[in-house]
Amino acid sequence: MKRSRRQFLKVASLSVAGLGAQLAAGGMTKAAAAVKPSYKEDALALKAKRWAMVIDTREFASKEDFDACINACNHAHNIPNIPGKSEIKWIWKDAYEHTFTETKNKYQSKEIEDREYFMLCNHCENPPCVRVCPTQATYKLENGIVAMDYHRCIGCRFCMAGCPFGARSFNFTDPRPYIKDINPKFPTRMIGVVEKCNFCVERLDEGKLPACVEAAPGKIHFGDLSDPESEVRKLLEENYTLRRKPALGTEPGVFYII
Amino acid sequence: MYNSKYVISGLVIFLAVFSYPFWGNLASKDYNGPKLSLPADQKQCIEPVEFMRAEHMTLLNQWRDSALRDGKRVYVASNGATWEASLQKTCMSCHTNKAEFCDTCHLENAVEPYCWTCHVPPKGNE
Repeated sequence: MKRSRRQFLKVASLSVAGLGAQLAAGGMTKAAAAVKPSYKEDALALKAKRWAMVIDTREFASKEDFDACINACNHAHNIPNIPGKSEIKWIWKDAYEHTFTETKNKYQSKEIEDREYFMLCNHCENPPCVRVCPTQATYKLENGIVAMDYHRCIGCRFCMAGCPFGARSFNFTDPRPYIKDINPKFPTRMIGVVEKCNFCVERLDEGKLPACVEAAPGKIHFGDLSDPESEVRKLLEENYTLRRKPALGTEPGVFYII
Repeated sequence: MYNSKYVISGLVIFLAVFSYPFWGNLASKDYNGPKLSLPADQKQCIEPVEFMRAEHMTLLNQWRDSALRDGKRVYVASNGATWEASLQKTCMSCHTNKAEFCDTCHLENAVEPYCWTCHVPPKGNE
């Protein structure tokens, strides 16, 4: 059979065009079948521009008062009970001179000096831990909470050096054996990561107040610092409050009614 | 050719050993994937099974970033159903047997994900 050059080019170009069209159509149907994920917030989620906590220290006298909150937090977040220097703390209590290191005066009220005070992550407005984290494992959320992604933590402990409040703990050992009753709704941590209080961001996102606030009704208050009508703002107006190490300029979000 | 007796027999032995994976597998049975224990009371996962099989790790990474960084903890699946973006609260509530679901396939594929150093496997497994 004899074929002209013109005839050959016609057939060849048609078949290439057909093949191309088929591939394109196939690709389009494949793209349409691919899953398009979307995410949204829980309808119940509590929202604020700046979450803050006001602790009424006058209400905490006995060991039971403190333990109710500490145990609620420990259980909610699978915090291990490791004795000694490797202890893990999210919320704990300490003496006046350790809490308010810059405000210790002579001849102060004995009652105030003898009181114990809750300590926890202050969720600073200018968090030094976030600035020093090399992997962005710790970061500030839009609602003011300083959160952590343990997946990204490499255990360098810069954040522990950066935090002026000692609010961070390092897992020197595998914490699992030290957790008595594991809460299956929250992960544990692993050896080699840093952890700290997260203002119960996982509970706020599903419409619940933090575990310690829930365990001490009327004693610890939680709300939006940017809202002048909020409970915390009213408490701050009506009561004399202290914050820890205000001179450092980190702007802590935890207030203490004295 | 010098020593052709040794050279040729050596070549034949080498080729036989070298090509063993090809002719050895011709004789063996077809590969079957591992048998997983699937949730008895559920017919469908949150996405089609082919997608879940190939992409569950990507999906979990997206869940993590969305939940932790954006505070968006509700996943809207391709069929419109909504799920809480949580490995422990959503995935493990159906797939209650880690050993016969997660581990079987991961072992077969020689992958060792380190999810479980932190995430708590369901109690029904212990």
